[in-house]
Amino acid sequence: MTEVVFNRRSLLAAGGSVLATGVLVSGVPGLLLPARADGLAPTETMSGGANNYRKGAAIVDRIGKGGFWMSGTVRRAGDGAPLAGQRIQIWAHTVEGQEHEPQSHGATLTDKDGKFRLEMPQIIPIFGQPHCHLAYDSGEFKTVFLRPVMRSAKETSLEAHFVLQPA
Amino acid sequence: MGWRSPRVILIWIALAVAIGVPIALAATSEQLAWRGPLYILAGFAGIIALGLVLAQPLLIGGYLAPLSAYRGRRAHHWIGGALVLAVAIHVAGLWITSPPDMIDALTYTSPTPFSPFGVTAMWAIFAVGLLASLRRRFELRPRTWRFIHMPLAIVIVVGSVVHCLLIEGTMETISKAALCVLVVAATAKVMIDLQVWRKRRTLRGEGP
Repeated sequence: MTEVVFNRRSLLAAGGSVLATGVLVSGVPGLLLPARADGLAPTETMSGGANNYRKGAAIVDRIGKGGFWMSGTVRRAGDGAPLAGQRIQIWAHTVEGQEHEPQSHGATLTDKDGKFRLEMPQIIPIFGQPHCHLAYDSGEFKTVFLRPVMRSAKETSLEAHFVLQPA
Repeated sequence: MGWRSPRVILIWIALAVAIGVPIALAATSEQLAWRGPLYILAGFAGIIALGLVLAQPLLIGGYLAPLSAYRGRRAHHWIGGALVLAVAIHVAGLWITSPPDMIDALTYTSPTPFSPFGVTAMWAIFAVGLLASLRRRFELRPRTWRFIHMPLAIVIVVGSVVHCLLIEGTMETISKAALCVLVVAATAKVMIDLQVWRKRRTLRGEGP
Protein backbone atom coordinates (compact mmCIF):
# COMPACT_ATOMS: atom_id res chain seq x y z
CA MET A 1 0.00 0.00 0.00
CA THR A 2 1.28 3.38 -0.87
CA GLU A 3 1.20 5.89 1.91
CA VAL A 4 0.00 9.26 0.76
CA VAL A 5 2.31 11.85 2.17
CA PHE A 6 0.37 15.05 2.42
CA ASN A 7 1.53 17.26 5.18
CA ARG A 8 2.43 20.87 5.80
CA ARG A 9 5.77 20.50 4.09
CA SER A 10 4.57 18.88 0.89
CA LEU A 11 1.76 21.39 0.67
CA LEU A 12 4.20 24.22 0.87
CA ALA A 13 6.91 22.64 -1.20
CA ALA A 14 6.22 24.84 -4.18
CA GLY A 15 5.28 28.24 -2.81
CA GLY A 16 6.17 28.23 0.82
CA SER A 17 9.74 27.16 0.47
CA VAL A 18 10.43 30.22 -1.63
CA LEU A 19 9.23 32.38 1.21
CA ALA A 20 11.06 30.44 3.85
CA THR A 21 14.31 32.31 4.03
CA GLY A 22 15.69 30.31 6.90
CA VAL A 23 17.52 27.07 6.38
CA LEU A 24 15.25 24.40 7.79
CA VAL A 25 17.61 21.51 7.85
CA SER A 26 21.15 22.15 8.80
CA GLY A 27 22.34 18.85 10.12
CA VAL A 28 25.74 18.63 8.61
CA PRO A 29 26.97 22.02 7.45
CA GLY A 30 30.58 21.20 8.12
CA LEU A 31 30.48 17.95 6.18
CA LEU A 32 28.71 19.40 3.14
CA LEU A 33 31.21 22.17 2.62
CA PRO A 34 33.88 21.42 0.06
CA ALA A 35 37.34 21.03 1.55
CA ARG A 36 39.20 24.28 1.34
CA ALA A 37 42.90 24.91 1.10
CA ASP A 38 43.03 26.01 4.73
CA GLY A 39 41.11 22.92 5.87
CA LEU A 40 37.81 22.25 7.58
CA ALA A 41 35.99 25.43 8.64
CA PRO A 42 34.75 25.68 12.23
CA THR A 43 31.03 25.35 12.93
CA GLU A 44 29.35 28.64 13.70
CA THR A 45 26.87 28.98 16.53
CA MET A 46 23.33 28.89 15.13
CA SER A 47 20.89 31.67 15.92
CA GLY A 48 18.70 30.73 18.86
CA GLY A 49 21.07 27.85 19.65
CA ALA A 50 21.69 28.96 23.23
CA ASN A 51 18.03 29.50 24.11
CA ASN A 52 17.03 27.87 27.42
CA TYR A 53 20.64 26.75 27.98
CA ARG A 54 21.51 25.64 31.51
CA LYS A 55 25.15 25.61 32.44
CA GLY A 56 26.69 22.39 33.64
CA ALA A 57 24.14 19.69 32.83
CA ALA A 58 25.27 16.35 34.25
CA ILE A 59 26.71 13.57 32.09
CA VAL A 60 23.99 10.93 31.89
CA ASP A 61 23.49 7.49 30.30
CA ARG A 62 20.13 8.62 29.01
CA ILE A 63 17.84 11.64 29.39
CA GLY A 64 14.56 10.55 30.98
CA LYS A 65 13.00 7.41 29.56
CA GLY A 66 14.60 7.74 26.14
CA GLY A 67 13.20 6.60 22.80
CA PHE A 68 14.87 9.21 20.61
CA TRP A 69 18.51 9.27 19.52
CA MET A 70 20.60 12.42 19.24
CA SER A 71 23.97 11.74 17.65
CA GLY A 72 26.82 13.46 15.87
CA THR A 73 30.54 14.03 15.66
CA VAL A 74 33.08 16.45 17.07
CA ARG A 75 36.13 17.28 14.97
CA ARG A 76 38.94 19.80 15.00
CA ALA A 77 38.86 22.70 12.57
CA GLY A 78 41.59 22.61 9.94
CA ASP A 79 42.66 18.95 9.78
CA GLY A 80 39.26 17.49 10.74
CA ALA A 81 40.79 15.17 13.35
CA PRO A 82 38.15 13.52 15.56
CA LEU A 83 38.13 14.87 19.10
CA ALA A 84 37.68 12.22 21.82
CA GLY A 85 36.31 12.82 25.32
CA GLN A 86 34.53 16.07 24.46
CA ARG A 87 31.51 16.95 26.55
CA ILE A 88 28.39 17.79 24.52
CA GLN A 89 25.33 19.14 26.26
CA ILE A 90 21.87 18.37 24.82
CA TRP A 91 18.38 19.70 25.59
CA ALA A 92 15.00 19.96 23.86
CA HIS A 93 11.26 20.17 24.37
CA THR A 94 10.27 16.51 24.64
CA VAL A 95 7.33 14.40 25.71
CA GLU A 96 8.84 14.46 29.21
CA GLY A 97 9.39 18.16 29.69
CA GLN A 98 9.84 21.64 28.34
CA GLU A 99 13.14 23.04 27.11
CA HIS A 100 13.99 25.07 30.20
CA GLU A 101 13.23 22.30 32.71
CA PRO A 102 16.23 20.54 34.31
CA GLN A 103 15.03 17.04 33.42
CA SER A 104 15.16 17.95 29.73
CA HIS A 105 18.93 18.52 29.90
CA GLY A 106 21.82 16.11 29.81
CA ALA A 107 25.39 15.71 28.55
CA THR A 108 27.53 12.99 27.00
CA LEU A 109 31.14 12.48 25.94
CA THR A 110 32.55 11.70 22.50
CA ASP A 111 34.24 8.34 21.96
CA LYS A 112 37.70 7.78 20.46
CA ASP A 113 36.34 8.44 16.96
CA GLY A 114 34.86 11.79 18.05
CA LYS A 115 31.32 10.41 17.93
CA PHE A 116 28.60 11.01 20.49
CA ARG A 117 25.17 9.44 20.89
CA LEU A 118 22.65 10.12 23.63
CA GLU A 119 19.19 8.66 24.07
CA MET A 120 16.52 11.12 25.13
CA PRO A 121 12.71 11.38 25.11
CA GLN A 122 10.92 12.02 21.80
CA ILE A 123 11.35 15.63 20.62
CA ILE A 124 8.12 17.42 19.78
CA PRO A 125 7.59 20.73 17.97
CA ILE A 126 8.06 23.80 20.13
CA PHE A 127 7.77 27.36 18.90
CA GLY A 128 6.76 26.07 15.48
CA GLN A 129 9.63 23.68 14.75
CA PRO A 130 10.69 20.27 16.11
CA HIS A 131 14.28 20.98 17.07
CA CYS A 132 17.08 20.14 19.49
CA HIS A 133 19.74 22.24 21.19
CA LEU A 134 23.38 21.19 21.61
CA ALA A 135 26.31 22.95 23.19
CA TYR A 136 30.03 22.51 23.36
CA ASP A 137 31.02 24.68 26.31
CA SER A 138 34.04 23.09 27.99
CA GLY A 139 36.45 25.94 27.33
CA GLU A 140 39.32 24.17 25.55
CA PHE A 141 37.75 25.10 22.24
CA LYS A 142 35.52 28.01 21.35
CA THR A 143 31.95 27.58 22.63
CA VAL A 144 29.43 26.52 19.98
CA PHE A 145 25.62 26.27 20.25
CA LEU A 146 23.68 24.30 17.61
CA ARG A 147 19.95 24.15 16.92
CA PRO A 148 19.28 21.41 14.33
CA VAL A 149 15.69 21.03 13.07
CA MET A 150 14.04 17.66 12.38
CA ARG A 151 12.76 17.07 8.84
CA SER A 152 9.57 15.74 10.36
CA ALA A 153 8.21 15.68 13.89
CA LYS A 154 7.73 11.92 13.43
CA GLU A 155 11.46 11.19 13.19
CA THR A 156 13.05 9.39 16.10
CA SER A 157 16.64 10.50 15.62
CA LEU A 158 18.62 13.60 14.72
CA GLU A 159 22.24 14.42 13.97
CA ALA A 160 24.37 17.45 14.63
CA HIS A 161 28.07 17.91 13.94
CA PHE A 162 30.66 20.11 15.57
CA VAL A 163 33.90 21.39 14.07
CA LEU A 164 35.70 23.21 16.87
CA GLN A 165 38.43 25.82 16.83
CA PRO A 166 40.81 26.60 19.72
CA ALA A 167 39.41 29.14 22.17
CA MET B 1 -31.80 40.36 2.58
CA GLY B 2 -32.99 39.10 5.93
CA TRP B 3 -31.93 36.20 8.11
CA ARG B 4 -34.29 33.85 6.30
CA SER B 5 -32.59 34.13 2.96
CA PRO B 6 -30.77 30.86 2.16
CA ARG B 7 -27.82 32.82 0.87
CA VAL B 8 -27.49 34.74 4.12
CA ILE B 9 -27.73 31.56 6.16
CA LEU B 10 -25.15 29.88 3.95
CA ILE B 11 -22.58 32.64 4.23
CA TRP B 12 -22.82 32.72 8.03
CA ILE B 13 -22.52 28.92 8.19
CA ALA B 14 -19.54 29.07 5.85
CA LEU B 15 -17.89 31.69 8.05
CA ALA B 16 -18.54 29.66 11.19
CA VAL B 17 -17.10 26.54 9.54
CA ALA B 18 -14.06 28.37 8.13
CA ILE B 19 -13.13 29.71 11.56
CA GLY B 20 -14.59 26.99 13.79
CA VAL B 21 -13.20 23.88 12.11
CA PRO B 22 -9.50 24.89 12.30
CA ILE B 23 -9.98 25.79 15.97
CA ALA B 24 -11.81 22.51 16.70
CA LEU B 25 -9.16 20.42 14.91
CA ALA B 26 -6.35 22.24 16.71
CA ALA B 27 -8.12 21.41 19.96
CA THR B 28 -7.67 17.71 19.14
CA SER B 29 -3.93 18.03 18.47
CA GLU B 30 -1.84 15.51 20.40
CA GLN B 31 0.77 18.20 20.92
CA LEU B 32 -1.46 19.88 23.47
CA ALA B 33 -0.66 17.07 25.90
CA TRP B 34 2.92 18.30 26.19
CA ARG B 35 2.19 22.00 26.51
CA GLY B 36 1.50 24.13 29.56
CA PRO B 37 -1.81 26.02 29.88
CA LEU B 38 -0.23 29.37 29.02
CA TYR B 39 1.40 27.99 25.86
CA ILE B 40 -1.94 26.45 24.83
CA LEU B 41 -3.73 29.76 25.46
CA ALA B 42 -1.11 31.64 23.43
CA GLY B 43 -1.45 29.20 20.53
CA PHE B 44 -5.23 29.44 20.40
CA ALA B 45 -5.09 33.23 20.67
CA GLY B 46 -3.03 33.12 17.46
CA ILE B 47 -5.52 30.83 15.69
CA ILE B 48 -8.45 32.99 16.78
CA ALA B 49 -6.59 36.07 15.57
CA LEU B 50 -6.36 34.53 12.10
CA GLY B 51 -10.10 33.86 12.20
CA LEU B 52 -10.71 37.51 13.10
CA VAL B 53 -8.53 38.55 10.16
CA LEU B 54 -10.97 36.65 7.93
CA ALA B 55 -13.99 38.44 9.41
CA GLN B 56 -12.54 41.91 8.84
CA PRO B 57 -12.71 42.20 5.03
CA LEU B 58 -16.11 40.44 5.00
CA LEU B 59 -17.55 42.96 7.44
CA ILE B 60 -16.18 46.06 5.78
CA GLY B 61 -17.10 44.78 2.34
CA GLY B 62 -20.71 44.36 3.41
CA TYR B 63 -20.77 40.63 2.55
CA LEU B 64 -22.27 39.61 5.86
CA ALA B 65 -25.92 40.39 5.25
CA PRO B 66 -28.21 41.29 6.93
CA LEU B 67 -25.76 43.59 8.74
CA SER B 68 -26.16 47.13 7.45
CA ALA B 69 -23.10 48.96 6.19
CA TYR B 70 -23.10 50.95 9.40
CA ARG B 71 -23.28 47.90 11.65
CA GLY B 72 -20.75 46.07 9.55
CA ARG B 73 -18.33 48.94 10.02
CA ARG B 74 -19.01 49.08 13.76
CA ALA B 75 -18.34 45.34 14.01
CA HIS B 76 -15.15 45.83 11.95
CA HIS B 77 -13.93 48.34 14.57
CA TRP B 78 -14.75 46.09 17.52
CA ILE B 79 -13.19 43.05 15.90
CA GLY B 80 -10.12 45.15 15.13
CA GLY B 81 -9.84 45.79 18.86
CA ALA B 82 -10.32 42.09 19.58
CA LEU B 83 -7.55 41.33 17.07
CA VAL B 84 -5.14 43.62 18.93
CA LEU B 85 -6.05 41.85 22.17
CA ALA B 86 -5.67 38.35 20.66
CA VAL B 87 -2.23 39.18 19.26
CA ALA B 88 -1.18 40.69 22.61
CA ILE B 89 -2.23 37.47 24.39
CA HIS B 90 -0.45 35.38 21.72
CA VAL B 91 2.83 37.26 22.17
CA ALA B 92 2.65 37.61 25.96
CA GLY B 93 1.84 33.92 26.42
CA LEU B 94 4.70 32.81 24.20
CA TRP B 95 7.04 35.26 25.91
CA ILE B 96 6.29 33.75 29.33
CA THR B 97 6.54 30.22 27.90
CA SER B 98 10.02 30.75 26.46
CA PRO B 99 11.42 34.29 26.88
CA PRO B 100 14.58 33.83 24.75
CA ASP B 101 12.62 32.48 21.77
CA MET B 102 10.14 35.38 21.91
CA ILE B 103 12.90 37.96 22.26
CA ASP B 104 14.66 36.46 19.21
CA ALA B 105 11.42 36.77 17.26
CA LEU B 106 10.71 40.36 18.29
CA THR B 107 14.25 41.43 17.45
CA TYR B 108 14.13 39.69 14.05
CA THR B 109 16.99 37.35 15.00
CA SER B 110 14.96 34.16 15.27
CA PRO B 111 16.09 31.01 13.42
CA THR B 112 12.46 30.20 12.55
CA PRO B 113 11.47 31.55 9.11
CA PHE B 114 7.88 32.30 10.15
CA SER B 115 8.76 34.65 13.01
CA PRO B 116 9.54 37.84 11.04
CA PHE B 117 6.25 37.49 9.13
CA GLY B 118 4.28 37.23 12.37
CA VAL B 119 6.13 40.06 14.09
CA THR B 120 5.69 42.36 11.08
CA ALA B 121 1.97 41.57 10.96
CA MET B 122 1.79 42.27 14.69
CA TRP B 123 3.27 45.75 14.29
CA ALA B 124 0.90 46.46 11.40
CA ILE B 125 -2.09 45.35 13.54
CA PHE B 126 -0.95 47.56 16.43
CA ALA B 127 -0.39 50.48 14.05
CA VAL B 128 -3.87 50.18 12.53
CA GLY B 129 -5.42 49.82 16.00
CA LEU B 130 -3.63 52.91 17.27
CA LEU B 131 -4.39 55.01 14.21
CA ALA B 132 -8.02 53.90 14.16
CA SER B 133 -8.43 55.00 17.77
CA LEU B 134 -6.90 58.39 16.92
CA ARG B 135 -8.68 58.80 13.61
CA ARG B 136 -11.33 61.16 14.94
CA ARG B 137 -8.88 63.28 16.87
CA PHE B 138 -6.62 63.67 13.85
CA GLU B 139 -9.70 64.30 11.70
CA LEU B 140 -8.39 61.95 9.05
CA ARG B 141 -10.40 62.05 5.86
CA PRO B 142 -11.67 58.74 4.49
CA ARG B 143 -9.23 58.99 1.60
CA THR B 144 -6.26 59.62 3.88
CA TRP B 145 -7.36 56.84 6.20
CA ARG B 146 -7.67 54.38 3.34
CA PHE B 147 -4.25 55.42 2.04
CA ILE B 148 -2.81 54.44 5.44
CA HIS B 149 -5.01 51.43 6.21
CA MET B 150 -4.86 49.55 2.88
CA PRO B 151 -1.09 48.93 2.74
CA LEU B 152 -1.12 47.96 6.42
CA ALA B 153 -4.07 45.62 5.79
CA ILE B 154 -2.09 43.90 3.04
CA VAL B 155 0.91 43.55 5.38
CA ILE B 156 -1.37 42.08 8.07
CA VAL B 157 -2.95 39.54 5.71
CA VAL B 158 0.23 38.42 3.96
CA GLY B 159 2.25 38.41 7.19
CA SER B 160 -0.36 36.46 9.14
CA VAL B 161 -0.95 33.89 6.41
CA VAL B 162 2.74 33.15 5.76
CA HIS B 163 3.44 33.09 9.50
CA CYS B 164 0.66 30.59 10.07
CA LEU B 165 1.43 28.33 7.09
CA LEU B 166 5.11 27.91 7.99
CA ILE B 167 4.44 26.94 11.60
CA GLU B 168 4.47 23.32 12.64
CA GLY B 169 2.12 23.46 15.58
CA THR B 170 -1.29 22.34 16.72
CA MET B 171 -3.24 23.36 13.59
CA GLU B 172 -4.31 20.66 11.17
CA THR B 173 -2.73 21.21 7.75
CA ILE B 174 -5.71 21.28 5.40
CA SER B 175 -8.07 23.34 7.57
CA LYS B 176 -5.23 25.75 8.19
CA ALA B 177 -4.47 26.12 4.48
CA ALA B 178 -8.19 26.56 3.70
CA LEU B 179 -8.54 29.33 6.28
CA CYS B 180 -5.46 31.06 4.86
CA VAL B 181 -6.81 30.85 1.30
CA LEU B 182 -10.12 32.34 2.45
CA VAL B 183 -8.37 35.20 4.24
CA VAL B 184 -6.42 36.10 1.10
CA ALA B 185 -9.48 35.68 -1.16
CA ALA B 186 -11.74 37.81 1.07
CA THR B 187 -9.12 40.55 1.25
CA ALA B 188 -8.57 40.54 -2.51
CA LYS B 189 -12.31 40.60 -3.16
CA VAL B 190 -13.08 43.53 -0.90
CA MET B 191 -10.18 45.51 -2.30
CA ILE B 192 -11.32 44.87 -5.86
CA ASP B 193 -15.01 45.49 -5.12
CA LEU B 194 -14.40 48.74 -3.28
CA GLN B 195 -11.67 49.77 -5.72
CA VAL B 196 -9.61 50.96 -2.83
CA TRP B 197 -6.84 52.29 -5.06
CA ARG B 198 -9.23 54.74 -6.78
CA LYS B 199 -8.97 58.22 -5.40
CA ARG B 200 -12.58 59.38 -5.53
CA ARG B 201 -14.47 56.29 -4.64
CA THR B 202 -16.00 56.34 -1.17
CA LEU B 203 -16.86 53.31 0.92
CA ARG B 204 -20.43 52.21 1.15
CA GLY B 205 -22.34 54.40 3.56
CA GLU B 206 -19.67 57.04 3.79
CA GLY B 207 -20.72 60.65 3.38
CA PRO B 208 -20.08 62.63 0.21
